[in-house]
Amino acid sequence: MRFVVNTEKERREMMDSIGIESIQDLFKDIDEKIVLRRPLKLQLPLSEQELMDEFSKISRKNADVESYRCFLGAGAYNHFIPSIVPHLIGRSEFYTAYTPYQAEISQGLLQAIFEFQTLICQLTGMDVCNASLYDGASALAEAAIMATNVSRKREVIVSSTIHPEYREVVKTYVEGRGLEYRELGWHDGITSMVELEKEVSEKTAAVLVQNPNFFGNLEELEDIGKVAHEKKALFVVCVVEPTSLGLLKAPGELGADIVVGEGQSLGNSISFGGPHLGILATRQEFLLKVPGRLVGMTTDTKGRRGFVMTLQAREQHVRREKATSNICSNQALNALAATVYLAALGRNGFRKLSQLNAQKARYLQARISELDGFETRFKKPFYNEFVVRCPIDPSKINRELAKNHIIGGLPLKRFYRELEDCWLLCTTERNTRSDIECLIEVIKGISV
Amino acid sequence: MKLIFELSVSGREGASLPELDVPEQELGIPDAKLRRDIPLPEVSEVDVVRHYTALSRMNFGVDSGFYPLGSCTMKYNPKVNEEIASFPGFKSAHPYQPEELSQGCLQILYELSRDLAEITGMDAFTLQPAAGAQGELTGLMMAKAYFKKRGETRKKVLVPDSAHGTNPASAALCGYEVVELPSDSQGGVDIVELENKATEDVAVLMLTNPNTLGLFEEKILQISEIIHERGGLMYCDGANMNAILGIARPGDMGFDMVHLNLHKTFSAPHGGGGPGSGPVGVKEHLARFLPIPIVQKEGERYFLDYDRPDSIGRLKAFYGNFSVLIKAYAYIRSLGPDGLKEVAENAVLNANYVMHKLKGTYELPYDRICKHEFVLSGKKQLALGIHAMDIAKRLIDYGFHPPTVYFPLIVKEALMIEPTETEGKETLDKFIEAMLKIAEESEKNPDLLRNAPETTPTSRLDALTAARKPNLRWRG
Repeated sequence: MRFVVNTEKERREMMDSIGIESIQDLFKDIDEKIVLRRPLKLQLPLSEQELMDEFSKISRKNADVESYRCFLGAGAYNHFIPSIVPHLIGRSEFYTAYTPYQAEISQGLLQAIFEFQTLICQLTGMDVCNASLYDGASALAEAAIMATNVSRKREVIVSSTIHPEYREVVKTYVEGRGLEYRELGWHDGITSMVELEKEVSEKTAAVLVQNPNFFGNLEELEDIGKVAHEKKALFVVCVVEPTSLGLLKAPGELGADIVVGEGQSLGNSISFGGPHLGILATRQEFLLKVPGRLVGMTTDTKGRRGFVMTLQAREQHVRREKATSNICSNQALNALAATVYLAALGRNGFRKLSQLNAQKARYLQARISELDGFETRFKKPFYNEFVVRCPIDPSKINRELAKNHIIGGLPLKRFYRELEDCWLLCTTERNTRSDIECLIEVIKGISV
Repeated sequence: MKLIFELSVSGREGASLPELDVPEQELGIPDAKLRRDIPLPEVSEVDVVRHYTALSRMNFGVDSGFYPLGSCTMKYNPKVNEEIASFPGFKSAHPYQPEELSQGCLQILYELSRDLAEITGMDAFTLQPAAGAQGELTGLMMAKAYFKKRGETRKKVLVPDSAHGTNPASAALCGYEVVELPSDSQGGVDIVELENKATEDVAVLMLTNPNTLGLFEEKILQISEIIHERGGLMYCDGANMNAILGIARPGDMGFDMVHLNLHKTFSAPHGGGGPGSGPVGVKEHLARFLPIPIVQKEGERYFLDYDRPDSIGRLKAFYGNFSVLIKAYAYIRSLGPDGLKEVAENAVLNANYVMHKLKGTYELPYDRICKHEFVLSGKKQLALGIHAMDIAKRLIDYGFHPPTVYFPLIVKEALMIEPTETEGKETLDKFIEAMLKIAEESEKNPDLLRNAPETTPTSRLDALTAARKPNLRWRG
């Protein structure tokens, strides 16, 4: 049998040693009534070759951003991943390891996570960062819960310019805990300051915004932070597209108390939505309320530098029902990918990458605005995504684009009824000028 | 080892980017929103490769050697699954690309849900939870929604004292009061205590079966009956499913819900702590509460169903840790029905073999047939001033990853050993030999244990100072 090592002879020796007749004797503690008396109804086993063929066939039913020109972002971004990333995270000492509970034989991963924590602090302008959470959406939910624990207040205010699925997750977590969830409207593509000032009160634990927001627009972070802080609420900034931080001021410099993010853009494959990388960074004073794993630097018995998981008294395996979160695993391998990616891009590369993303989006915006009936929906600064109002149903455009091996933008009516004719377009460094011209040509050919 | 930051040399670059191929424009972003500099390291590509390769050599994975870490099911992670997950049609599929261009991904999700339902005896599955703990949260939220729909308020969740820490933490995150259930002398749920504590306001009993002692809950049908009679729900923490694949199913034991850890039982690698994947299966009466979306099939077309008004909502963006799901599905397709059953048989045989050889030298608090793992107590060695942790660290010097120590909490000086089915007899024999040698050393030369490990890049680390004076980032 595949992956089972022992032969029948070896099994016999082991059974003799234990003193049993057959393997069935080891299952005598299971009540006859619940023993399954038939084989599982599953397909018959495949050899490695058959397996590869079968899955390859299934995979080819999908479009993918390698064989299609992609203008879709909306929380999952098509960035180039340098070859060293899969090669290094593919070192099996990393990816076949468990959580580094035994520090002495896990120094490699522990040090890499320590570096990850540092790199994320450098990007976000925060003091401390954890070893990662499941994804951006659940990280935002964890931040909301954390803010209620810090402030001992029960109300969470969420901007409607946050990714709709992130809001759903926050709502599920917050209401699941019996806390109050409220949403703020938007105005001209960013969080409505009027509504914000009206809604935030002394009861507010946290104000949550995304920057760049779901429409790609840049929020007025400093102003929002001030309103939150006046009422002693925590200001939580969610960065879903972290390559923007090569260009934009760190949220930590703009008043953020907790910065959460999605690290997929940093060297992780899109993979049909996961696994991605949840990021949570905060200020030193909230350290003990941070959910999830943390890695710290220390020394060994001989005074040499080393790393351990630390402050575990916050975590479920020690504190059980009193833990800061129920989270156990993190996304260590994705965090490692982000670490390698950020190290490789480095100080200059990362800035240049942001510039490329922003410039391509400007160019696409200019080109598409030249088309009859197409106009930029919001007049706000943006990063690498923006909203276009279309004279044709965006879903129809996408169908035409698909015929030409182009994955179009996101039709916003799916999430915002009031933006029925709007289309969220994204460019990254992957989109060449010829991709953009090709998109424009196909659109020109569609009859209204 | 230097940190990547300490390797930084001004001007070095580790990646090449294309030149801008469109006319450069004013970005229109106000100055106040722009950053001047970003203090990332400056290293060359070779620097990066050497650095992380060196780090990998300071790490121990399943491919490095025997990894009997109890409760974690550290089995071999088939390489072919990694290959499959990195087919462009999977790793580069966008979650929002049109459904008609995602039929392959949706097919995987649909078929995996179907197979997991068959394996666990459940009716419907969500693949969304990113890990076991998020699966637990999903299950408890569904329980809450179920009782709300019935107009009942139930405030308590029962959790055995041998349970994983995530169980009570998940219950608390859901706003439930956690009531701890003591174990009986056989390591199972104490039925008398259960009768007393299973009151009408108990929403859920969370049970791991086989439990964290590696023992099958023999009275499971009786336990389910007690909970169900009083209107409660049964939740199965499926962390230990490796022991019973194809042999018994949670759905036939009276469980209403189960989560699986695909990164344990179904061979997806642990990645050094994640990504995991924790799908949740439910019986029909709970299916309406599953998170959105659910993959459905109509004729030959697969689609995502969002129209589920009673759904608890969403736990995570998109559809789950897709690449982990592919690996689990590829594993199921590699093994088939008989192969999965042989996994359980061999995992259990291996565990019983090692247990049999070590009991006596080490105390075995619950001396009965075990399932996929067993728990020893280091009590005898403690009498010599040797702790379970010392034994664990000494095993490193013998080339093994240590077992789980100090868990479950109900066993003093616990050493929890799970060999898995992907180990051969000679590996088990070497491990047994090392454990017996260590027991001897603990009497004759205890300092060897106290000073262990000696073969690693660092000796034991000062965890106390790390916690008292947290240093969580490099500052240049």
